[in-house]
Amino acid sequence: MIETNIPEFSIELLQAGDRVEFARMVEAYYGPIYRLALKMLGDSSDAEDVLQNTFLKALQYLPTFEGRSSFSTWLYRIAANEALMLLRKRRPTVPVDENPDDDEDGFMPAQFSDWCCLPEQDFLTAESKRQLDQAIQKLPETLRVVFLLRDIEGLSIRDTSEALGLSETAVKTRLLRARLQLRESLSTYYGERLTYRMNMETQE
Amino acid sequence: MSKHDQLTCHDILGSLGDYLDGNLRADLCEEIENHMRGCENCRVVVDTTSKTIYLYHHTAREVELPNGARERLFSALKLDDFILPKR
Repeated sequence: MIETNIPEFSIELLQAGDRVEFARMVEAYYGPIYRLALKMLGDSSDAEDVLQNTFLKALQYLPTFEGRSSFSTWLYRIAANEALMLLRKRRPTVPVDENPDDDEDGFMPAQFSDWCCLPEQDFLTAESKRQLDQAIQKLPETLRVVFLLRDIEGLSIRDTSEALGLSETAVKTRLLRARLQLRESLSTYYGERLTYRMNMETQE
Repeated sequence: MSKHDQLTCHDILGSLGDYLDGNLRADLCEEIENHMRGCENCRVVVDTTSKTIYLYHHTAREVELPNGARERLFSALKLDDFILPKR
């Protein structure tokens, strides 16, 4: 887990309706839940709706929480469902490529620019961050949600599979596909940066 | 991408997730690394995929909530009396 600063909560107190414990829990999780929602939806107002609905649902369903998964996984599950529901409301028809497990061959890399060696400052610009966000938005939502839970929020493969109701194999397949697609998107941008840098060098 | 004696580039892709997450058996890691020494494209794919994950890990996590979003959340949850002690 990346999140090491999230305190432990007493499920008994939460289920007993203890407001102090509930407020403590909301305080600890509202940031990560908002981040997940924002990166799923790409819109801050929609993300705030998902944020509120997630905790309202958590409050409503806390009595049914059985501890089969960890509390944070359970909360991420609610948030992911809320975000996916909102996305599907926006666009009711599911495109063909939304079933990423169908195609076993997956995704073949097409760009081989070795942009790893770019100077660190090139990765820290506002434009670079914008490219990272845009690449996420280009992913099909079924891949996007897996990538966000695993690689941004730092859930394990197992917790990701529990949060999404997918098999671990499906999570791994989708994760790899997401990572490769993102790599491809970033290779376009950073590959251009690399060419630019090399041209600058030859001119000097 | 080229074909190698033991592992094909396609095999590399199949094991890439476990390899990058450090969940691949040592002997298989060694096979991948051997393959990469002779296959520049695979090396680039592995390195840039790894860099992609690193970048998202380190830069995409900083997100700012809209003004008042925390307060609106606490209000919606009838936790107004907990709004003040902001971290």
